[in-house]
Amino acid sequence: MTATLVSPDATAPIDLGGKGQPLADKTFRWILFLCLAVGIVFLFVLLAYVTIKGWPRLTPTLWENMPSIRRPEQAGAQSAITGTLWVITFTALFALPVGFLGAVYMEEYANPTSRFTRFVEINIQNLAAVPSIVYGILGLAIFARALALGQTVITAGLTLALLVLPVIIVSTREALRAVPQNIRHGSLALGATLWQTTWRQTMPAAIPGMATGTILALSRAIGEAAPLLLLGAVSFISFNPTGPFSAYTTLPIQIFNWTKESREEFQILASATIVLLLVILLAMNAVAILIRNRTQKRW
Amino acid sequence: MSEIHDPAAPQSTSDLANTGRMDVSAVLEGAEIPETVSNIVFDLANVRVFYGDFEAVRDVTMQIGRNEITAFIGPSGCGKSTLLRSFNRMNDLIPGARVEGLLAYHGFDIYAPEVDPIEVRRRIGMVFQKPNVFPKSIYENVAYGPKVNGMKVNMDDLVEECLTRAALWDEVKDDLKKSAYALSGGQQQRLVIARCIAVKPEVILMDEPCASLDPIATAKIEDLMKELAKDYTIVIVTHNMQQAARVSERTAFFTADVDANGVRHGRLVEYGPTRRIFTAPNDPRTEDYISGRFG
Ligand SMILES: Nc1ncnc2c1ncn2[C@@H]1O[C@H](COP(=O)(O)OP(=O)(O)OP(=O)(O)O)[C@@H](O)[C@H]1O
Ligand SMILES: [Mg+2]
Repeated sequence: MTATLVSPDATAPIDLGGKGQPLADKTFRWILFLCLAVGIVFLFVLLAYVTIKGWPRLTPTLWENMPSIRRPEQAGAQSAITGTLWVITFTALFALPVGFLGAVYMEEYANPTSRFTRFVEINIQNLAAVPSIVYGILGLAIFARALALGQTVITAGLTLALLVLPVIIVSTREALRAVPQNIRHGSLALGATLWQTTWRQTMPAAIPGMATGTILALSRAIGEAAPLLLLGAVSFISFNPTGPFSAYTTLPIQIFNWTKESREEFQILASATIVLLLVILLAMNAVAILIRNRTQKRW
Repeated sequence: MSEIHDPAAPQSTSDLANTGRMDVSAVLEGAEIPETVSNIVFDLANVRVFYGDFEAVRDVTMQIGRNEITAFIGPSGCGKSTLLRSFNRMNDLIPGARVEGLLAYHGFDIYAPEVDPIEVRRRIGMVFQKPNVFPKSIYENVAYGPKVNGMKVNMDDLVEECLTRAALWDEVKDDLKKSAYALSGGQQQRLVIARCIAVKPEVILMDEPCASLDPIATAKIEDLMKELAKDYTIVIVTHNMQQAARVSERTAFFTADVDANGVRHGRLVEYGPTRRIFTAPNDPRTEDYISGRFG
């Protein structure tokens, strides 16, 4: 038998009920939930609305046919789909190398304490916040007029590349920063150069993060209409772009133009195209999330 | 019972080994070595290491002998790692770090302007406290150094040779393609050592290589160090007195002095053959530290 200080029968009843949840706590919880619900409900209402409205036109004709003013019930968005592909390819071609290497310079080479680095850093963050229409004006002045590239795929690609560059740089830097310092040191201690270390160790280790950021940035570019409107994407174009100097249209532009038309058929067509665009964007985001989850932290 | 207190039992160990808190009797094994270093690899004269304005290590003068294991011991923050990193210019990677004084490697000042730190690091390898394997296969971890250095060798043979020397071959020979992250901590540390000797360095610097390992893995690494010391010069930082006693020929004891402004500066207190440092230190601070009264 062990000695007890209080005899068992003298023990006061233990109350584990506490004071109950205060009202404020419960209310706050509900407010938080409502805020979340509003966002999600709106997204679903939007999706449901366009899907129902566009349903009759969600058929292969949508991507097999060319736009047509006279016969909206037969019109499709093929030229806009191929135009989007062309433009986004050139956007990636310009933005990725510049963005990756710029980020590598800032993260691996530049002296982090220098005034110049900090100045550039702040400005890249500011650039990411500049409205896209401003990039449109810039693209019009520099690429379309000064460089005489005109209203072409390449002008659009260059302009959208400028638009997404800050996002790509910022996300690539974050991915590089997440690579542990001791991997770099391990490589350098073996007599590798800084470039060998960056190219063979740091960048491969950062690829998942870089890919995620890049896909999100490009999906933003795909959805952009404002700068391209300024740059003169053509409204009705019934042929696929043939090269970088071809005229073009893109999905957001096509949607914009169809919604301007008063006839109901065009409204239905626009809804169907919106669904198509949303599916593409959601698929890209899904890929980004997949990459991120697949390559969870290995260190 | 009677054995421990038997006054007639042969006194094979020193007083210190018997009465101190730690068993450092290992220092008594092997032959006595002279106080002066005969075959000098590193010659340090008044070396000071700074981080910005802060002088982390002041005034170190010592010589590191070829094919010897030299241990750096001392309380935390006294600048052992800092000094070790200056041996292969890894301090260059820390913004604001700077070395003064003369740090000569085979008579060449490794901080001379014409010296390429990359060449220095190729000759003087380093093993870090935390096993920092690359996120690649076991094979590629070992092959990486020779590849980036453009060594023309039969890579398969080299990988096998290095893993064998690092006492890891038998454990991994069937899954060389497996990710190095799948290995245990002790295996990873041996892989890092294999990776280090793959570039055929002359010196291996080790900063607390066993700090994250269990006693069995530690024993393996220690055996490995003794084996490697036949061909390599090894400098090891350790907090483990027994380890210093077991593996090293020479020991350098560092401590941190507090100056008039309350700033702590690391300095070398005493350096000599490990046996003398552990059995008959000249400085009372060394005596206090190794007998566990301080630090
Ligand atoms: N990168 C750095 N920048 C600035 N100061 C540093 C840096 N690294 C170390 N120091 C300082 O230099 C001094 C010596 O540090 P060091 O890491 O060399 O000590 P140590 O003897 O290796 O300690 P430990 O046994 O804990 O590893 C400490 O005062 C530390 O704060
Ligand atoms: Mg240290």
